Amino acid sequence: MANNIVEIDNLSFGYKGRLLHKGINMVFPRGKVVAIMGGSGSGKTTLLRLIGGQIKPNSGEVRVDGDVVHQQDRDGIFRLRRKMGMLFQHGALFTDLSVFENVAFPMRELTDLPDSMIRDLVLMKLNAVGLRGAHTLMPAELSGGMVRRVALARAIALDPCMIMYDEPFAGLDPVSLGVVCGLIRSLNDALGATSIIVSHDVKETFLIADYVYFVADGVVAAEGTPHDLMQSIQPFVHQFVHGDKDGPVPFHYPAGNYQSELLTPTLAQ
Amino acid sequence: MIKSTLLNGITRALRNIGNKTTERIWRLGAGARLFFLALIYSGESYKRFHLIIREVYATGVMSLLIIIVSAFFVGMVLALQGYNILQKYGSSDAIGVFVSLTLVRELGPVVTALLFAGRAGTAITAEIGLMKTTEQLSAMEMMAVSPIARVIAPRFWAGVITMPILAALFSMVGVLGGYLVAVPIIGVDDGAFWSQMQANVDERLDIVDGLLKSLAFGVVCTMIALFQGYDAPPTAEGVSHATTRTVVISSLAVLALDFVLTAFMLSA
Amino acid sequence: MERTTIDLWVGIFVALGIAALLGLAMKVGNLTSTKIGETYSVIAAFENIGGLKRNAPVKSAGVVVGRVHNIIFNTKRYEAEVKIDIDKRYSFPTDTFANIYTSGLLGEQYVGLEAGGDEDVLKDGDKIIQTQSAVVLEKMISQFLFSKASEAEASSDDKSTNVSPADSAVGAKQVQGTSTELGDAPF
Repeated sequence: MANNIVEIDNLSFGYKGRLLHKGINMVFPRGKVVAIMGGSGSGKTTLLRLIGGQIKPNSGEVRVDGDVVHQQDRDGIFRLRRKMGMLFQHGALFTDLSVFENVAFPMRELTDLPDSMIRDLVLMKLNAVGLRGAHTLMPAELSGGMVRRVALARAIALDPCMIMYDEPFAGLDPVSLGVVCGLIRSLNDALGATSIIVSHDVKETFLIADYVYFVADGVVAAEGTPHDLMQSIQPFVHQFVHGDKDGPVPFHYPAGNYQSELLTPTLAQ
Repeated sequence: MIKSTLLNGITRALRNIGNKTTERIWRLGAGARLFFLALIYSGESYKRFHLIIREVYATGVMSLLIIIVSAFFVGMVLALQGYNILQKYGSSDAIGVFVSLTLVRELGPVVTALLFAGRAGTAITAEIGLMKTTEQLSAMEMMAVSPIARVIAPRFWAGVITMPILAALFSMVGVLGGYLVAVPIIGVDDGAFWSQMQANVDERLDIVDGLLKSLAFGVVCTMIALFQGYDAPPTAEGVSHATTRTVVISSLAVLALDFVLTAFMLSA
Repeated sequence: MERTTIDLWVGIFVALGIAALLGLAMKVGNLTSTKIGETYSVIAAFENIGGLKRNAPVKSAGVVVGRVHNIIFNTKRYEAEVKIDIDKRYSFPTDTFANIYTSGLLGEQYVGLEAGGDEDVLKDGDKIIQTQSAVVLEKMISQFLFSKASEAEASSDDKSTNVSPADSAVGAKQVQGTSTELGDAPF
């Protein structure tokens, strides 16, 4: 059994000739919480989709548990996905199903467990995220933080060996933030799973991650433990970690000369 | 100078036409692909028949009211108009034939399909479009569950089952509406109304053909609604446009297909 | 919503649909009246069947006793051979008279059987000898005009009751057109 559950090897991906990733190398060791960070639009979420096999890379490869993802047929990808759980940015709960049925969904679809066992399992998962009492509610009746927790319960429904989180902290109030943050860490350790977090929230991510990759301009710009990165003097990392307004990531979108543009009567096409 | 701008304009127009055409054909192909995928995955959704039942509830039972009320009014109007014309030729007894044949052959299947597109079709498009927008379809895929088997195929079969039932109800309620106007209000003879109808409506040629029509409309309307939702750009605007397109394309498709089917059925 | 409620509603929905279909077939359509059990078929040849169609009713004294099975054009004798299925319960004499009637001015056409007085009855595969073709409106009108014209001529020129040769030729043809084996035209 390899030590790394996911390995990304010299991966390139892009739409219509514009490359989003230009040769990315990452490894995700078993049992760890690894974060992928970067600015908006740096292709973090796309990386998760590449790992999940929803899109195919232009070159390079992603290996999950030793299998190259993009070489699998439909059944192979579905087999790989059963090892994964994924938490979507806004939860992506099925709005026509109750909380209970949402968590039960993967069990009903992918296993032949009897109803009574599904019931017990669902209640256990919901209890783990503290929402056992809410199992009759519909997703529309939940707050943002509760939606995220139900989605988390659904992601771990089949005890996956890896869980992917797409922006788990976005748009949460401070209390929910703390709850979700703690849950990710504790669930990871309790399940013995590997977690991959995609986020741009430095504070929370650094709190729970064992290892962090910074993605910028399509490559891994920096990597290391949160502690190392806090101390980093690399200008990009420093700007990101400390939230400086200007730096290597410019405040201004690339533009022509300000003065000359104001003085010319018409906008340059 | 003028020549070159003219030439440019023509090239641009032609390119526009070409672009539109290829896009349309591409979408047609994508729609056909979704149709075949839905058929292929039907086996999986028949294993979970309750999904189809739930969708029959959503599309069929929820459309009952609009279908019954419209059918009633359509039948009554047909009787009034039919009486107006037929009495000029002294055959107001034939009003039952007129009402029932119009309903069973044409208005039943066609108006039902149009109402279905407006009531159930838009709901399907909006629902699937929103499921896509809120990443529910992606989530399903990531859980190793095919959205086509879980979401598309059950809705497809529900539509195919629902449409003929609704059309039959429409025709029957329409005939009753026509009866209500013709017999108690206008005063056509009760026996003549039914006996003329029975002598002239053929259960194979008229009723079965009407059913076949509504079955075809069921396939077309549901598939258009499903495809528009599945293909919608995942934005609020994209979903609203897709919903509009569902109504427009379904209506046009139903009317055009009705002509083709009628031509085939009358020539057979 | 609870699954049982949904099941109930869908059950009601499907039952309504089936009821509507049955209603259409029984009440609106002619499923009940086409339910003819055992039949025997006879053939009747007509010079002109007008708008008679397959499955048209065959009536005697206003009661549906059978259906038109099919219609073939006989290329030797240039007439239409109509195969009629008659219910086994009803038997008709061999000299039964077959007409093509129209129900009302705009109604559909049907075959009317008028029983003769023969002892023998029609059997499967028999042929009805005495038939009368459908009334074709145009012919009726032209005959009416022709007879009016000849009346007018007869009254104006009482020396000769003969019409002009051309007219008489046309008239003879018309009369022959609607005539049957019995040889007499109704007008």
